[in-house]
Amino acid sequence: MNDELVKKIKSNPKYQELVSKRNSFSLKLSIFILAMFYGFVLVIAFNKEVLATRIGDGVMTVAYPIGAAIIVISFITTLIYVKRANGEFEELTDSIKDDVKDLL
Amino acid sequence: MLRIVTLLSIFALALFAAGDATFEGKRDLNISAIIMFFIFIAGTLGITKWAASKTKSASDFYTAGGGISGFQNGMAIAGDYMSAASFLGISGMIYLSGFDGLVYAIGFLVGWPVILFLMAEKLRNLGKFTFTDIAAYRLSQKEIRILAAFGSLSVVTLYLIAQMVGAGKLIQILFGMDYEYAVILVGIMMIVYVTFGGMLATTWVQIIKAVLLLSGVTFMGVMVLATYNFSFGELATQAVAMHEKGQAIMAPGAFISDPISAISLGMALMLGTAGLPHILMRFFTVGNAKEARKSVVYATGFIGYFYLIIAVIGLGAIVFLNSPEGATYFENGKLIGGGNMAAIHLSHIVGGDIFLGFISAVAFATILAVVSGLTLAGASSISHDIYAIVIKKGLASETDEIKVSKRSVIVIGIVGVILGIAFENQNIAFMVGLAFAIAASANFPILFLSIYWSKLTTRGTFIGGFIGLITAVILVILSPTVWVDILHNAEAIFPYKHPALFSVTAAFIGIWFFSITDKSQRAKEEIQAYEAQNVRAETGIGADGAVDH
Repeated sequence: MNDELVKKIKSNPKYQELVSKRNSFSLKLSIFILAMFYGFVLVIAFNKEVLATRIGDGVMTVAYPIGAAIIVISFITTLIYVKRANGEFEELTDSIKDDVKDLL
Repeated sequence: MLRIVTLLSIFALALFAAGDATFEGKRDLNISAIIMFFIFIAGTLGITKWAASKTKSASDFYTAGGGISGFQNGMAIAGDYMSAASFLGISGMIYLSGFDGLVYAIGFLVGWPVILFLMAEKLRNLGKFTFTDIAAYRLSQKEIRILAAFGSLSVVTLYLIAQMVGAGKLIQILFGMDYEYAVILVGIMMIVYVTFGGMLATTWVQIIKAVLLLSGVTFMGVMVLATYNFSFGELATQAVAMHEKGQAIMAPGAFISDPISAISLGMALMLGTAGLPHILMRFFTVGNAKEARKSVVYATGFIGYFYLIIAVIGLGAIVFLNSPEGATYFENGKLIGGGNMAAIHLSHIVGGDIFLGFISAVAFATILAVVSGLTLAGASSISHDIYAIVIKKGLASETDEIKVSKRSVIVIGIVGVILGIAFENQNIAFMVGLAFAIAASANFPILFLSIYWSKLTTRGTFIGGFIGLITAVILVILSPTVWVDILHNAEAIFPYKHPALFSVTAAFIGIWFFSITDKSQRAKEEIQAYEAQNVRAETGIGADGAVDH
């Protein structure tokens, strides 16, 4: 990639919009996942009795539903990310490519 | 040539059927398993033949020409990830201690969303054949390729030994075949798939195996739940009543004891995944960033579903194996083949001989598919990073590069077989731990910083990367797993089983320090080159095969 092309892309407002929107979106989602996972790990490390709390009269504890929820939520966040990334962000990327197609 | 190897493998199969006579007890010759096994091998050899006819260029060989779709790649990633360790290991852990097994599963899964948000599309936009392409994008080729090849090959070799030993043990129990023959058979099959079919065959073997494994565990899960009117609560009630630990199986136990170990293990599982060469390589098999993202969604979905079912299967194993009809799977009060065989025995209870045969063949296929992926990743590192770029300075012809790659596959296959036989009676858990620790402490920091940190220099990467690698190896040796369990010392010098927290930190600090103190002209140029790299990482402009119009 030559300097002229880099310069042109970087000064394109759509590029700046893409980078700032996508980076803040992926950062937020990453922090969410990390907080959820390490929150879970820290509860196990410091206060695992909490997870042994029973639901109702049976043997069922909160541990299993929480564990299953972490798995399901992880999957849902990937869906949320890809819906926006493959839609909005991909459109922005395409229009940036379009703007510089003479230089490609 | 393909025909010769086919004959060879049939010969090896005949050998193992014959080898049964000398095998002492354990399990009767499993006819249905062997039939399933032949069907699988015939099918995958057919695919390899087809793939071989399509594999011409280096790009075909390493990355299936970038022509794999997001869905297919997601399936293949899930296949790579649902290794025998996940299937048999986690269900066995739940069978033995309940909820703790699920904690491991969660740790393995949550790495995926983070890989998607921070790495997947950037890997696709910057890489070509190996993950080293990304680190070497603006840094000095020679040093970075050598460092990364070191990291890749250590991870691949350690992981390969663990899989080989696991395969040998598994086949020994399932088919009653001698350990050595089992390991040799796996080696031959793997060499055939990879040398002839390259990435295309490896990917398809992986996809087929993923479909078979997912269908198999679904059937088992449904059979278990159907016994309890599809109520997980009722299944859990029965499991608690049957298990010697009782209510304790419903919550985390002694398995994760102190906060440092817990955090360190979490880091190793999460960051290690983002540094496994055979997993990273999968991102180069799709056409563009869009497909790369999709593949992670599919992969996370399949892997998450798989782990949820495994939780049901683990509890099912507790109930069924502790019932009167489960007694036949015990010998002298111990489960035949140990806790890792819980899922296999359960398959026999719920589905009879034929289903046991199916699950056994799938378990074997699982190992075969994973070792093929590992071998291909290792071979690419040798032929692409070392041979083509370091030795030939980028001037090697494609034909020569593929030739070197295929030879490397054969060498890695033979080395894997020899080490697999040599390590037969060793504890393999530490090898997996070490592989993940090295992946997290050497490969991951290099990759992550080369994508995100503009001030990274070759000197910083080279010194810091080796600091991470060496710290991980030393801490694993000094940890309880090796220092006490294998070397039989009284007390471990390093008190924690998982070094990731310390070795990853050491790598990041090392890379940071030796980069910011690097005032050379080369460092200046490398920092300047970040701008162009970043534009390509963000947009995919200039990436191979990424321009879709």
